Parts: sequence; structure tokens; C-alpha cells
Amino acid sequence: MDFVNAIILLLNYIFVPALAYGSQLALGAIFVTLIYGILRFANFATGDMMSFGTMVTILFTWYFQSLGISLGFLPTALLAIPFAIIFMASYMLLIDKFVFKYYRVNKSPPVQLAMVSIGVMFVTQAVVRIIIGPSDRRFFDGEKFLIKAGEFKEMTGLNEGLAIKSTQVITIIVTMILVSVLFWFLNKTRTGKSMRAYSDNEDLALLSGIDPKKIVMITWIIAGILATIGGALYGLDKSFKPFTYFNNMLPIFAAAIVGGIGNPFGAFLGGYVIAFSEILLTYAYKKFFMYVLPESMEPEGLVQLLSTDYKFAVSFSILVIVLLYRPSGIFKGKIL
Amino acid sequence: MAFFEGNNMTGGYGKGPDIINSCSVNVERGEIVSILGPNGAGKSTAMKAMLGLLNLKSGSVIIDGKNISHLSPQDRVKEGISFVPQNKNVFAGMTVKENLEMGAFLVDNDFKIIIEEIYNLFPVLKEKKDQLVGELSGGQRQQVALGRALMIKPSVLMLDEPTAGVSPIVMDELFDHIVKVKKTNVAILMVEQNAKQALNISDRGYVLVTGENRYSGTGKELLNDPRVRSSFLGG
Repeated sequence: MDFVNAIILLLNYIFVPALAYGSQLALGAIFVTLIYGILRFANFATGDMMSFGTMVTILFTWYFQSLGISLGFLPTALLAIPFAIIFMASYMLLIDKFVFKYYRVNKSPPVQLAMVSIGVMFVTQAVVRIIIGPSDRRFFDGEKFLIKAGEFKEMTGLNEGLAIKSTQVITIIVTMILVSVLFWFLNKTRTGKSMRAYSDNEDLALLSGIDPKKIVMITWIIAGILATIGGALYGLDKSFKPFTYFNNMLPIFAAAIVGGIGNPFGAFLGGYVIAFSEILLTYAYKKFFMYVLPESMEPEGLVQLLSTDYKFAVSFSILVIVLLYRPSGIFKGKIL
Repeated sequence: MAFFEGNNMTGGYGKGPDIINSCSVNVERGEIVSILGPNGAGKSTAMKAMLGLLNLKSGSVIIDGKNISHLSPQDRVKEGISFVPQNKNVFAGMTVKENLEMGAFLVDNDFKIIIEEIYNLFPVLKEKKDQLVGELSGGQRQQVALGRALMIKPSVLMLDEPTAGVSPIVMDELFDHIVKVKKTNVAILMVEQNAKQALNISDRGYVLVTGENRYSGTGKELLNDPRVRSSFLGG
């Protein structure tokens, strides 16, 4: 029985949260990797673009709530996301037209585009703070738990409860659908294949008659979708605070690089690698050992490898190790 | 008037010095024409000028009587001119079949029939159609590159050193394939380092020196010309 309790403990505190957090990172990492593969620069505005998308989602959610529209046990934000995506895709195209396009047409080196994206990051960040402010906001409504810890205990008669939040399930389901559709698009449709061709060998793609303007436009639209959904899911699951989104850029970049930058499937798995490493290394295992070890060997400390304050150090270390020993990433992307 | 011709082309890259000077090259359908010459003679440049990858200061490029000197490379592709670059001439991260599909990007109607034709021309590609091109051997890659270029059913095929870096056996095989392509009534223009072998399968050849036409003639004539032999073919 103690063994089952230990497993439930790990499921509750590590597996389920890491799966949800990993999905949120994966969406951001695919965003980074697509922009890097097709537009050929590291987009430092990723985190703040996600925060912008979330902000728009929140504004639409408030608007719907004021009209009295709700989705019952589901969060109203799910209804707001499609509208936010339309808004966000236009925002991306607008930024591209007025900022990035100039540097692309002049064939600026990637590092210059990366610097430009830092400028976009500051502007986006400022716009978000002016519109919605820097404070912490929760915009979740509807049923909070799918399974409550107490109910689970009653049901199974175990000491440990397994709580599954509805936002975790929504995150995982939405991510799976979105990522499947995206991979289907990239691998099976003509437009998707032409995007991969453009990323693979730009000159040859041009010689084959692939239109670069169309490729760039579709890339930004997909980026807008990923930023809005990824950001909104993170905000629903935790809370929305612009500064947190800016901070999340580190694990997101780490995920994209671990997976091999430019490789969307690698970025997807990279998100989970980073999320599981962060949570596995910062979890306090004391209770787990109390279940599995005999009483005499009970640990005295918390058995926590790193304090949760250091969770960014985990992604940073993974980033450094990967760049030192396998710069093309686990799944062979381009070398940074 | 030949089917595809570059007349008195003069120009270089960007604002740099002229690399080709009043250079003329032409090719008929169903003919293989080689451009030969020492390193730095402007062979590839002459070919790229005909594709529109550099701006000409003077001269003209004409296909089937139509002046295309001011068209961009992409628009020239639409006129039926296909180009196989020397390096990076395949999509290495995509499968053989996807490479061919991308070659047919401008073809609106069903390209499955064309793919079958390419498979008949290069049987090995059918065998490996779902394999990533980056995992194929050098000779097979060149066949993918040729296949991709043939997907638009071009009237002119330009090859920049198609046999660079492959073994002699593979080179012979590739030349056989090029002759097969020629028989489908395509005009083939190629730049080659392996001059003897290239002239063997060529109907005509041009020898360029410092960006100007030096000698020209049929493949046999050039092979037997003592001046060409001593300076470019190694005696």
C-alpha cells in the first residue's frame, strides 16, 4: 500500500504538473524554433508576445463575462482564445511589416534581427503593462478540479490524494490537438512542405518557385496562434503576470535548443524534457522516501536537490550542457 | 537563332568587376552543350547570368525568340529554365518524394504523372522515395537534384558541375542519365571540370578564358584540337 501511495504522490506533485507545464513550454518552443528555422533569427520577444496574446485573451474573457456569456464548467477564456488569435496574428503581421521586413529585405545578419527583436520585446512589454498593468491576474472561471484530492482519497482509500485540475487536462488536450494539426500541416500539405523546404534550403526553394512572402506571412500567423494559445494556457493554469512570461523565455529557449533548433518535433519534446528536469530536481522527496523506506531509514531533511527558486538554473544548466556537448540538439537541428 | 541563347553578356556580381566579357553561349533543344575552361574563367558566372542571378551590363538572354534579360530568376523558371546549383542542390532534410514535389511547386495540375516519369528515368529514386535525401550517397543526391529540376518539365536544363565530388564510376553513370534526359528533347547546358568526359557526351562545347569565348566547336572537334588538348585536357 505504501508503494501505491508513493506512486500517487509522484503522479500528483511531479508527473501531472510537469506534463501540463511541459505542454505550455512546448508551444513556446515550437514558436521559437519556427521563427528561427524560417525567418532565421532568435526571437527574444517570444515571452512578451505570449504575454500580449494572453492579455488579449483576458480582455475578451472580461468582455464575454460582462455580457454574461460563459461555457459552464469550462473556462470562458477558451471562447476568447479564437478572437485573441485573430487579433494576435494581425499584431504579428503588423510588427513584421513595420519592423522585421526592413531588415529581412536588406538581408541583415541574424544577430542584427535578434537585436531588433529585443527592441520589439521592450515595446510589447511596455504596451502590455500600459494596457493591463504589471500585477498578477487570475482569469480562470468554471469548474476548478476534475478530481479533487479528498474525493480521490475517499474513492481509493489511500493516504495520498491525486488532484487533477481542469486546466491541466485542458492544457494537455489542447496542446495535443494543436501540435497534431501543426505537424499534419507541416508534413502533409503543400504549403507546409514548402515552409520546410524554405527552412531547409532557401536558395533552392526560391529556384523552385516558392513565394517567400507567403511563407513569411504563414509563419507569423502560426506564431500568433502558438503565442496566444501557449500563453493563455499558462495563464489559466497558473496566473497571468507579464514578468513571469518574460522569465519563461529561458526555459522556452532551452527547450527549443535541447530539441535541436529549427526542428519543431524536437522543440515539442524539448518542452517536456525541460519541464520534467525542473520539477524533478526541485521537488522535496522526503514524503516519498517515508513511504518506500523502512521507518528506521527515514530521511531527516527535505531531500530536495535544489530549492524551487533555482528552477531557472536547471534550464540554464541544460542549455549550457547541450550547447557544449551537442550544439545541434538531441534531434539534430541547425547549429546556433 | 538557337532555342536558348546568351548574347554578348558582360557583367559581374554586385558592383564588383566584370567577370564575363562579351560572352556568348547558345543551346538547341535535344542538345548537350558544355562550358569548359580553367579555374576562374567565368564558366559558372556565364551560366548564372543566363539564369538571372547577376545583373548584366550589356548583352541579352533569349529563349525561343523571347527576350528574358530583365526577368528575375523565379520568372525565368516559369519560362521553363531549370537550374541545378553545384552545392546545396537538394532539400537534405526532406524525403526524395518531397524533394520532387517541391520541384513541381509551380506545376498546377497533377504532378504524380511527372513523378512516375522521373522514377522511370532514375529507378533508384523510386526505391528510396521515403528516405531523407541527406542520408543518400553523393551520386544518388545528384540524381535527386536532377529529378527535382526536371519536375517542371523544363525546356532548358542548366547544370553547374553535376559530377563534382563523385567517384569516376558514379560520374559515368550520371553522364548516362544526362544523355537520357537530353533524349527527352531538353536543351542541356552544363559547366564541367571533367572536360574530357563532358566533351565525350556533348554535342558542342565552349572554352572560356578570362570571361571571353576562346574556342568553340563540336565535342569531337574540341577533343581533337591540339590547342585545347594542350591547355585544358592535359595533352
